[in-house]
Amino acid sequence: MSDKRVSIEEAVATIESRMTIGIGGWGSRRKPMALVREILRRDITDLTVVAFGGPDVGLLAAAGRIRRLVYGFVSLDSIPLDPLFTRARERGDLEIEEYDEGMFVTGLRAAASRLDFLPILAGLGSDVLPANPRLRTVASPYSDAQYVAMPALPLDVALVHVNRADAQGNAQYLGPDPYFDDLFAMAATRTIVSTEKVIPTSALLDEGSFHTLLFSRIYASAVVEAPGGAHFTTCAPDYERDEAFQKHYVASAKDPSAWAEFERTFLQTDEAGYRSAVAQFHADRGES
Amino acid sequence: MTSVATPETTLGATTAEVCIAACADTYRESGEILAHAVGIIPALGARLAKLTTAPEIVLSDGEAFFLSGPPMPGDPDAAAPAVEGWAPFRRVFDIVATGRRQSMMGASQIDRFGNQNISLIGDWARPTRQLIGVRGAPGNTANHRVDYWVARHSTRVFVDAVDMVSGVGNDRAREAGLEHHHLGVIVTNLAVLGYGADGIVTVLSVHPGVDPQTVTDSTGFALDATDAPLTRTPDAEELRLIREVLDPRGTRSREVAD
Repeated sequence: MSDKRVSIEEAVATIESRMTIGIGGWGSRRKPMALVREILRRDITDLTVVAFGGPDVGLLAAAGRIRRLVYGFVSLDSIPLDPLFTRARERGDLEIEEYDEGMFVTGLRAAASRLDFLPILAGLGSDVLPANPRLRTVASPYSDAQYVAMPALPLDVALVHVNRADAQGNAQYLGPDPYFDDLFAMAATRTIVSTEKVIPTSALLDEGSFHTLLFSRIYASAVVEAPGGAHFTTCAPDYERDEAFQKHYVASAKDPSAWAEFERTFLQTDEAGYRSAVAQFHADRGES
Repeated sequence: MTSVATPETTLGATTAEVCIAACADTYRESGEILAHAVGIIPALGARLAKLTTAPEIVLSDGEAFFLSGPPMPGDPDAAAPAVEGWAPFRRVFDIVATGRRQSMMGASQIDRFGNQNISLIGDWARPTRQLIGVRGAPGNTANHRVDYWVARHSTRVFVDAVDMVSGVGNDRAREAGLEHHHLGVIVTNLAVLGYGADGIVTVLSVHPGVDPQTVTDSTGFALDATDAPLTRTPDAEELRLIREVLDPRGTRSREVAD
């Protein structure tokens, strides 16, 4: 069996401008932030990003990497709005497809099943339809019912971050919610799995029952060991959201000079530099 | 246990407490469904209902678990709630589609047919203010009962036309043939609103101490509150549960000032 372990640089080097990338997690929860930071370090632009958005979307939007954004929402959870995203939106910088959350999941399910669309009630009667001119309804062949024909959301690459994986890409989540990472993987041609820890296959059931095995290596193309790779989003039970840092992100994002300083300190460096800058941030606040 | 932010601790209910009881009343005929409540007052309303008239409803911890009962921060003798179910987000969408759910959502704008907007202010292509997005509002309103909570009843919220229909109103639902569409009530800091047979917003009751004319003046479309009855006041047991058990720290006054 192939050992799919690669460095974060090697993994992200396979992402090209103009690709459609799906980003797993949910809002400010278990986002593959280390992979996103690596995209920011590279000259990758004109992306179509498909996500239940959080700071992943905010960072990519602020850096001008997103041509088109397809989303169920963009939120930081404990802070409702991401200021980088809202600013990009209010400037008209982004092409947008905004869907009801259930519609968004249905689009991933359609792609995962290699279908053009799946029917759903959500969206009917709302302004989601006029806002997305490509959306069509479909008539039931069995009754007079009409449904939204939610188009498939196929992905060139999915990026997900999980608690554990083996070297072949069998992926495990240990927190309360799998989110939709398995669907992202199934909807994608290739999936990059970053993980807190690469463990032997024989150890996959040491920390969680078989129900925690989220998706199989048949959907995984590359495995990146990235401890702290979801920071500053939550990666329970390994760590909770770094609320102090998220607040700092939001405060910095609202002020251009503070944002330049944030970029210098946290983003214009490699992953090791990011982690030491975050440690310094907490030390400066008198936290260990 | 002394209750904070309730100036009349035993006599008379605050407006926040009247609103909590009105939110709780939305579950009287709900049966065994998942109660989804956004905001402090709606969340307290759902918990109050669970402890009084609607013990069958299912409450979640706001994350991935269903709880056997509300947490009881003010009651040391109460049993801690047990986890009775697992509902990660993917299952929530499954529940929405089955219709076994009831939502009380917030609203940035509502029109006279109950069309609701939480998405943005201004133009879709380039909003003047990007808000939270449509979130689950289209799916909620297409699939199960939805009520709204408005903490500050004003002409900015109750408008002639919303900027983006997130939650589907009665006129749109009829046009689209949404057979599971059901708008319940709109609880505000001034009144409880409902919908007439024509689907248009009406006044069901005005809160004690509120001048009916204030309701009309605070609404951006025609709304006659003249003959509306008073909203019911929570009884002594409900007030005890709110003040001593469910919200001893008085977080309710953050949404509706005393």
